[in-house]
Amino acid sequence: MTAPLPLISLRSVSRTYRTDGVAVAAVRNVSFDIAQGEIVAVMGPSGSGKSTLMNMIGLLDLPSEGEVHLEGANVAELSEDRRSSLRARSIGFVFQSYNLLARHNAIENVALPLVYGGISRKARLARAEQSLQAVGMLHRAHHFPRQLSGGEQQRVAIARALIASPLIVLADEPTGALDSRTGAEILALFAALNRTGQTIVMITHDPGIATQCRRTIRLHDGELVSDETLVPLLPKRSAVS
Amino acid sequence: MTMLQGFQIALHALRLNPLRSFLTMLGIVIGVASIVTVFAIGSGAQLRLQEQIRSIGANVLMITPGAVYQGGVRLKDGSKLTMTESDVQAILEQIPEIQAAAGSIAGTAQVIHESKNWNTTINGTTTGHFMVRDWQLAAGRYFSGTEEAGAGKVVILGSTVARELFAPGDDPIGAQIRIMKVPLEVVGVLDRKGPAQDDVAFVPLSTAKLRFLGSASNINRDSVAYIIAKVAADGQMAGARSEIESLLRQRHRVPAGQEDDFKVQDPAAAMEAQQGAIRTVALLLVAIASVSLLVGGISIMNVMIVSVTERTREIGIRRALGGRMRDIRLQFLCEALVLCLLGGAIGVAGGITLSMTVARMAGWITSIDGEAIGLALVFSIATGLIFGFYPAHKASRLSPIEALKTE
Ligand SMILES: Nc1ncnc2c1ncn2[C@@H]1O[C@H](COP(=O)(O)OP(=O)(O)OP(=O)(O)O)[C@@H](O)[C@H]1O
Ligand SMILES: [Mg+2]
Repeated sequence: MTAPLPLISLRSVSRTYRTDGVAVAAVRNVSFDIAQGEIVAVMGPSGSGKSTLMNMIGLLDLPSEGEVHLEGANVAELSEDRRSSLRARSIGFVFQSYNLLARHNAIENVALPLVYGGISRKARLARAEQSLQAVGMLHRAHHFPRQLSGGEQQRVAIARALIASPLIVLADEPTGALDSRTGAEILALFAALNRTGQTIVMITHDPGIATQCRRTIRLHDGELVSDETLVPLLPKRSAVS
Repeated sequence: MTMLQGFQIALHALRLNPLRSFLTMLGIVIGVASIVTVFAIGSGAQLRLQEQIRSIGANVLMITPGAVYQGGVRLKDGSKLTMTESDVQAILEQIPEIQAAAGSIAGTAQVIHESKNWNTTINGTTTGHFMVRDWQLAAGRYFSGTEEAGAGKVVILGSTVARELFAPGDDPIGAQIRIMKVPLEVVGVLDRKGPAQDDVAFVPLSTAKLRFLGSASNINRDSVAYIIAKVAADGQMAGARSEIESLLRQRHRVPAGQEDDFKVQDPAAAMEAQQGAIRTVALLLVAIASVSLLVGGISIMNVMIVSVTERTREIGIRRALGGRMRDIRLQFLCEALVLCLLGGAIGVAGGITLSMTVARMAGWITSIDGEAIGLALVFSIATGLIFGFYPAHKASRLSPIEALKTE
């Protein structure tokens, strides 16, 4: 019996930025797989390439070398439009600074990915309500971002990331702008989502948060230095050479 | 993302900043309003001319007084009535291409019927005048031979004068009216020919001379102010014209080499030339107005570029959430289009208001046609597409990662 196809597979991925002839290797030769249902913490000092890695997993960026596979497909071989459509349907982004559209209320923000998924307005709003309900923010559906606290905005952002039932939720320091109590609440939300089977990759600086994720990937200077799973869910496969 | 969604997003964005949106579209508003106004005035002037051309009748030549020399001094054209009734007679008899001809003298006077009165043109002429102009009667009859020869106290009214002097249902035929204290019987009312033509009352030429203008010093008993003549067919106009010229030179004993003391004109041709001139001027004005549209387009492009810069982060978010490059492009293109279309619509409304104001204040005829409005709207859509494309394209080309990093 063959192992199930990993959701995400990185194979010798490097990303080099070139500015004024100076090459900065932000990510170097990184390989790992992420399986369906995992929750992964990505750690490392500032500048170690975490966000760069996340952008490639999220189809916002392409590797300079190596390959990123999403459900077995090499994303570099997809068209730009196809990658955009995949972002709308298969990826849910959560950012440190929430990134809600200031001029739209909570429910419109949550429904936004479905606009690009070609879903009718009625269906969009119905699903946005469900999604807001899931993060406990339905009572703030018609509030604008500036009328919400940081924690509330992040909940709305998570509702937006979840609305299209994505394959994977990518969170770049989702608690970075929040106090520890609110941060813990957000983390609990992610943990609860993961228990329902949602795959999550989360960048964090907080070792306390990382210990709550079963698997932690550490980067240093763009290189993968460790990939530890505390309680193995799946038979461990050699992903790091 | 569909076009409709693009327009919804655009309207949402523009509503958030109504003053800025309005100022942005002001150039388009002014441009479109000027185009509509110029068109309305231009086509109004053309309509007026066309009406005049129609009212003169087909294949009509008009003979007016020309250069007059007194002791070797050239006087102003028309300062002396050089044409006579016998000239009319001669033209009719000696030039076979001429079907009908009539001499006229004209002035203005008050026309009175019971308690109503009206100031109008009094034209003294013969029944031939109506033949030349193909002018039918709505009621009654033309002048009889006796009335023409014997200064009969009769009058034929243009439809405007009849309307002003008689209540609806009140039959003018047989009624007595007074012009300069002379009582006259209405024997005919003419068909409508156009607002500028129908405001007139005709009396026999002999009546006008004897009863109204008899004392005027520059009138001798035989002279007329102008002659109109109808040529049988379109192709004979030039021939008839030169025959009239040589006939009149001979009759007026104009020495060889001296200027004619009369002028033969083809009013329809002259007016058609004038119409061409009006069209040229109108096109020129439209071209000038288009410059304002151009400036409006540039202003829209400018604001759109600023808006794209301001909203870089929004663009990044939309891209991250699955917006394709073409969705971003469509969003900003729709914004430019909405600005231009809204500006165009306001401009059309403004242009209609402006041309109606001009029509009322200057008394010009203006005419607003769907063509001008359509053209103005097509112009504004084109402006939106042309000047909105670059900012929209720029927005779509932003790297989502870079866009998300901006503040
Ligand atoms: N657009 C870019 N052009 C040039 N260099 C870049 C660019 N983006 C990132 N880098 C460089 O790549 C390296 C990794 O950046 P990245 O943002 O991935 O770090 P990070 O681990 O997310 O850091 P932080 O924890 O501070 O967010 C850094 O050295 C950074 O300077
Ligand atoms: Mg980062």
